[in-house]
Amino acid sequence: MSYIAEDLAKKQKEISVAEFFERNRHMLGFDSPTRSLFTCVKEGVDNSLDACEEASILPDITIALKKESSDEYTVEISDNGPGIVKAQIGSVFGKLLYGSRFHSIKQSRGQQGIGISACVLYAQLSTGRPTEIATKIGEGMPAYHCRVMINTQKNRPILTNEALLHWDKSSGTHTKMRIKGRYVREKRQSIYEYLKSTSVVNPHARIVLNESDGVTTIFERATHRLPLKTVEIKPHPHGIEVGTLIKMLKSTDSIKLISFLVNEFCRIGYRTAREICSSRAKLDENAKPNRLNNDEIRSLHESLKNTKVSAPPSECLSPITETLLKKGVKKEIDVDFIAVSSREPKVYSGHPFLVESSIAYLKKSNEGTRIMRFANKVPLLYQQGDCAITHAIESIDWRRYGLGQKGGKGVPEGPVVFLLHVASTSVPFTSESKEAIADIPGIVDEVKGSLRECARKLQTHIKKKEKYEKMKEKEEIIKEILPQIAEKCSRFLSRPMMNLDLIMAKIMDVVVIKNEISYSNNIYNVRIGITNYTKRGKDFTLYSLIPKESRVVEQKPKGSVSDGSVKLISWKIPRIKRNGSCAIEYKLSNLEKGDYEEAELYIKNIDAQLIDGASAYEEVL
Amino acid sequence: MNTTVEKLGKIVEEIYDQLQEGEIPRINVTTRSKSNIKFNQEFNVWKYGQKCGTRSAKTLDGAYILLRTVSTIDFIKEMIETSKSSTLREMYYISEGWKRSEFHSQDESNRLIEDLEIMTRMLREEFKLRPEENGASVIGNVTVEEKVRTGGTRKINCRDDVGDAGYTIPYSVENDKINFKGVDADFIIAIETGGMFDRLAENRFDEKARAVLVHLKGQPARSTRRLLKRMNEELKLPVVVFTDGDPWSFRIYSSIAYGAIKTAHISEYLATPSAQFVGVTPSDIVNYDLPTDDLNDRDVDALKSELSDPRFNNEFWKGEIKLQLNINKKAEQQALAKYGLEYATSAYLPEKLAGLGILKR
Repeated sequence: MSYIAEDLAKKQKEISVAEFFERNRHMLGFDSPTRSLFTCVKEGVDNSLDACEEASILPDITIALKKESSDEYTVEISDNGPGIVKAQIGSVFGKLLYGSRFHSIKQSRGQQGIGISACVLYAQLSTGRPTEIATKIGEGMPAYHCRVMINTQKNRPILTNEALLHWDKSSGTHTKMRIKGRYVREKRQSIYEYLKSTSVVNPHARIVLNESDGVTTIFERATHRLPLKTVEIKPHPHGIEVGTLIKMLKSTDSIKLISFLVNEFCRIGYRTAREICSSRAKLDENAKPNRLNNDEIRSLHESLKNTKVSAPPSECLSPITETLLKKGVKKEIDVDFIAVSSREPKVYSGHPFLVESSIAYLKKSNEGTRIMRFANKVPLLYQQGDCAITHAIESIDWRRYGLGQKGGKGVPEGPVVFLLHVASTSVPFTSESKEAIADIPGIVDEVKGSLRECARKLQTHIKKKEKYEKMKEKEEIIKEILPQIAEKCSRFLSRPMMNLDLIMAKIMDVVVIKNEISYSNNIYNVRIGITNYTKRGKDFTLYSLIPKESRVVEQKPKGSVSDGSVKLISWKIPRIKRNGSCAIEYKLSNLEKGDYEEAELYIKNIDAQLIDGASAYEEVL
Repeated sequence: MNTTVEKLGKIVEEIYDQLQEGEIPRINVTTRSKSNIKFNQEFNVWKYGQKCGTRSAKTLDGAYILLRTVSTIDFIKEMIETSKSSTLREMYYISEGWKRSEFHSQDESNRLIEDLEIMTRMLREEFKLRPEENGASVIGNVTVEEKVRTGGTRKINCRDDVGDAGYTIPYSVENDKINFKGVDADFIIAIETGGMFDRLAENRFDEKARAVLVHLKGQPARSTRRLLKRMNEELKLPVVVFTDGDPWSFRIYSSIAYGAIKTAHISEYLATPSAQFVGVTPSDIVNYDLPTDDLNDRDVDALKSELSDPRFNNEFWKGEIKLQLNINKKAEQQALAKYGLEYATSAYLPEKLAGLGILKR
């Protein structure tokens, strides 16, 4: 007699990685020829960007696509990254589910994909060809070349044709694989769109795309500033999963519970640790971590969740930052106005995350609304409708902020581009394909908060613009039309011309402040013109908000610079009489082009209603 | 000084005085909308009420209107001094030389001329401005004496001395241009469309019914309305209006009978209060089972607007307009051809005109 379980066991075979791959193609991003080609490029580019970022190198990445036959393409990706040491090549390219970032807590692109090794396997399974790798790790070293295939039974790399090459560039990696694929350019979910989007949120990267038909597209870098480097952090006590906590308790080197808490978690000092174990969980702080029973672990877990601790350190996250986000969007999209917001890091389930967004008004008015979503600086091109970002946009009443929206719900009318970036040590996706972010309440709130911040800036801008337009119209009246009316009337009646000063003041009745900004030789030249169109003389104090990092190299007349929570230059403007004017000039250095495009001016000691072109000083903050 | 120039000069003087006193210049012009027309008992027509709009240099649009007003007055003065005249369209093109104060459309310049008419209580002809020929025509046994361009006068019988297209109405029909020298007809029928005008002419309705046919060419020009009024008063002929059955055609009738909103300042001079509407009425659409089109959104809006128009505030029009909104249909005059080419002249018009007491049954 035999048991059914024994029969079943006989039928169970060891599943090879090849079978695993075939069964999970859709999850891995190889469900169609178009998607497969896309995935191979995406994995390669994400790897290159991560490697460059870790090594503080400004990325130069070239992607070449060559059509070999009706359904086969050669994909070549080369970068100037730090290269890969010979010993690791096998595991990076030739072993599935191997990744250096798998266990670390920090933001990186790599966590999101399935790894370049799946692409190597796909190449092998679809065309039977090995992937060619060449890599150089530094000046004075030769480049190492080999061909990689995967032993699908054992999930092990097979390296052949090893050779040393001479390379001119100091370091970098080059991969070349031949795969079954299809290239479509005109599509929202295309390689082209992916690279363009990538270049928006990575404005420090230069990306070149050589298409099969000989067309070269260069996504030029807009800044030489590297993104903030990320630092690994320990888990945050809020919301750590019980399973992970058990593993940590088992494997810790700490002898006492209190030191375990202090050593293995971030944001826990001895005082907090004592509160967690003694006052809340009623545990002995000297207990051995690996000896806690289930009830004790549960109560420790509860206590970790509920004790007040500060947010996790943000060094593990790498925001794009407001300045670079602005530059990135502007270099790829023709915007009329752009508002950006980069939020402070927050936590969900013990994972730090932060949200950044931008809303861009386009110059072309016939364009609709576009949503660009990013997770850890990687574009999300699929499943837009399932994503928390889309849901957040749809739930805001945009009519309040001056955008058209049917019924105050749904995606608002264009021409607008929404860009949202969620950065986290662990981005919560809705599924394995990692294309849509899950509706976690804390994240949705932050996305909404960030969008509202942009929307308010946009609204302020629109109001300012309207006010400016009105002022310009009035200037047109007093400078051009009124004198003509007066002149024609005088001539028609053969009577003398009259003085129009008082009427001009009555029509305008404001002090107009205008600024002109130009950039040359790494210096911003700013000229502020003030004209008093009110009926009486006016004096007041003028403030100009300047970027924190800027240096004031020249001022005429001399004002005073204050550098507190914000950096300001201020001038006491002496009395300007009716229809009189004066000018102020200053120069700023230590800024890149695009860092300072509009002077933000504030005034004090005068009714803000009487001023056009500056806000009340109280609004500085 | 010429009185026209004097009257226009008053407007310039007003602006000059305001500037001199340090005031933001402005002029007041009667509001031209249906909310500002009142029935005038003396003339039995609708004229403007007391409501005024202000054109002030405080706003950009207002400032431009003031500048254009002064420029236009200057231009008129020049024409009068040099004994020239121009068409409204020429006046619009001449403004291109005024650079920033040029008119952006002829509508804009026409409106300004109307403003000046209202402010000075004069007619545009006195400003040496005339409309382009719109070529509406007359067929019927009426004889006019027209002063022609060669200097003399010519007697024209509008039935015997003209071709099938009829006598063309000149832009000015005042008695220094046209006088009536005889008539043998019982009434005047003013027709909206060229197709129906030609149908009546071909069927010799003028002879059979002893009618004077006047083609309106859509919304009739001032001279066409003026001619209708003169024939009505001087030849003692009743006037009936025959149009399509839609809200736009009702407006054609109201501009003839009650006065148009745009020209309400000279309604007593253009309108024929005794003019009657013969059709096509919404009731006709139902009674004669005419081929129809559905009303579009603009038609419906126009009908609703007419319900709040004081000129249509009587039982007949309220009933007809509500009926049309109800059936949601409109019909053209030429839809009568459903029953044959003779139907309009042999059945429909005789029946309807008898109903109005114009023809005997």
